[in-house]
Amino acid sequence: MKTVEAKHLVKTYRNGEVKALNDLSLDVEEGTVLGVLGPNGAGKTTTVRILATLLKPDSGSATVAGIDVIKNPEKVREVIGLSGQYAAVDETLTGWDNLVMFGRLYHLGRQKSVDRANELLERFDLTEAAKRPITTYSGGMRRRLDLAASLIVRPKVLFLDEPTTGLDPRGRQDMWSVIQELVTGGVTVLLTTQYLEEADQLADDIAVIDRGTVIARGTSDALKTQVGGEKLEITVENIDITKTQEIVARVSGHSAYVNTRTVSAPVVNGSRDLMEALRALDDAKIHPLDIGLRRPSLDDVFLSLTGHVAEEVNEEALTPKKGRKK
Amino acid sequence: MNHAISDALVITKRQLLQLSRVPEVLIFSTIQPVMFVLLFRYVFGGSIDTGQPGGYVQLLMPGIFVQTVAFTLVATASGLAEDMKKGLIDRFRSLPISRGAVVIGRTFGDALLNILVLAIMAITGYVVGWRPTSGIFQIILAFFFLFMFGYALSWIGIFVGLSVKDARTVQNVGFIVTFPLTFLSNAFAPTTGMPRVLQYFAEWNPVSSMVAACRQLFGLENQFGATANSWPSQNPLETSLIYMLLLMLIFIPLSIRKYKNTSA
Repeated sequence: MKTVEAKHLVKTYRNGEVKALNDLSLDVEEGTVLGVLGPNGAGKTTTVRILATLLKPDSGSATVAGIDVIKNPEKVREVIGLSGQYAAVDETLTGWDNLVMFGRLYHLGRQKSVDRANELLERFDLTEAAKRPITTYSGGMRRRLDLAASLIVRPKVLFLDEPTTGLDPRGRQDMWSVIQELVTGGVTVLLTTQYLEEADQLADDIAVIDRGTVIARGTSDALKTQVGGEKLEITVENIDITKTQEIVARVSGHSAYVNTRTVSAPVVNGSRDLMEALRALDDAKIHPLDIGLRRPSLDDVFLSLTGHVAEEVNEEALTPKKGRKK
Repeated sequence: MNHAISDALVITKRQLLQLSRVPEVLIFSTIQPVMFVLLFRYVFGGSIDTGQPGGYVQLLMPGIFVQTVAFTLVATASGLAEDMKKGLIDRFRSLPISRGAVVIGRTFGDALLNILVLAIMAITGYVVGWRPTSGIFQIILAFFFLFMFGYALSWIGIFVGLSVKDARTVQNVGFIVTFPLTFLSNAFAPTTGMPRVLQYFAEWNPVSSMVAACRQLFGLENQFGATANSWPSQNPLETSLIYMLLLMLIFIPLSIRKYKNTSA
């Protein structure tokens, strides 16, 4: 069953001058995570805002949990959670205050709101910070609280708009494990990200979007396969580069490519080729600093799909401010 | 529908919590009017001969009251603009709550704040010699007028906050608008001294009607503002009521519609 379905969404700003969405269609299967991947300005946030009933498309249609987002936004709001770079919490209040307030706004009643707030604070490891104003929280804590706020009524569909943008690696890791845990709980997630690694980590399925439309769709593995097979990569000291290059080329049967101290070439036999290269290096008394088989990254995917790297469209210049949309 | 009021009250409560967490806001929003009272009372008060028993302070205080509630419009607007910018309004809009609740709740909060600020102003006035001479009923009515005027204005604040979306801009614009509006009136000086064009403006200025209405209700002769025979200066109570109703009739639906269609 398709829990989220968007068909032919078009959204323009500035009287049609700027096309944010250009016939975008996507869907998310129940209980799965769709990663919507694209650079800034590709239309990710606009898509989420339309699906979360914050914005009306110029044309096209969309349903969430079978409910039409344009005709029945009130009903949609009862089954969704929204968290991410722009959805926010009240920074002057404490974490506890915020969650209780949102509980009340979900009409949980006083006691239930309090219970749910405590439960979520516990679950997101924020109990200690519960009575401190959000202004004292770290970026990661703030995001976790934001996520908690979107989970108050156990939504059927969760929209996560760039949930880790701006977080340090540690915060990102924490967020990832929190999100992975959620997904095991069966909620359907639409997640946008500009981090290729993030989509790879979290999503069952990836939709790559560029300039307001989906340009590729599939599992992370399928997308990578589409781009090409594995590569053998060996990093060595400078003096060994030429020799290594010869070895890699012999194993691969293709000419080897050198980037600073890393020598690489496509291989077809995977680990067998890796072993052969290792033996040859050993015979030549070369000690590799790093050696491995690398599957193409989603960066490579983007490059091969669009013919350009994941470039940022400067949305801030196009729309009023901070990439926000009218 | 039955949730509309309870949702609004949750938002009001949030605002009160904010005030208790960041009391500076409250302190500064009262310091300013208190400062105005002291400055006007002691800087100008001595040299303005009003021919009024009790002196300038009797005329000044109604002007300060009106100015004070007018200035809260700026706080309403910038608070809302801040919420827009931070994305809080987006979150509220993604919740299954009644559409008007967020802005209505905000106006309730501002109304409560106005009551508190007016009380502080009244005490300050009393300390510096303000003595209304009418009856208790009329004094209460005057404060009710001030309260309602503040409430009507807060809807302008809502509309501005949702439209401008940047708290600092709102503050600047807010003061650029509210300063002339409160000074180009009978609040601090008689309109008779102003150039002809400004006089017309001052007499039809809602601030003047409100100030005149309050002066009348506090038991003053309504001379200070009534320089001409314009209808507002002759009928300040009625004019004030009409202005308040007009403001609400225009800005409540406008604001709620703006909230529905807005996005940060």
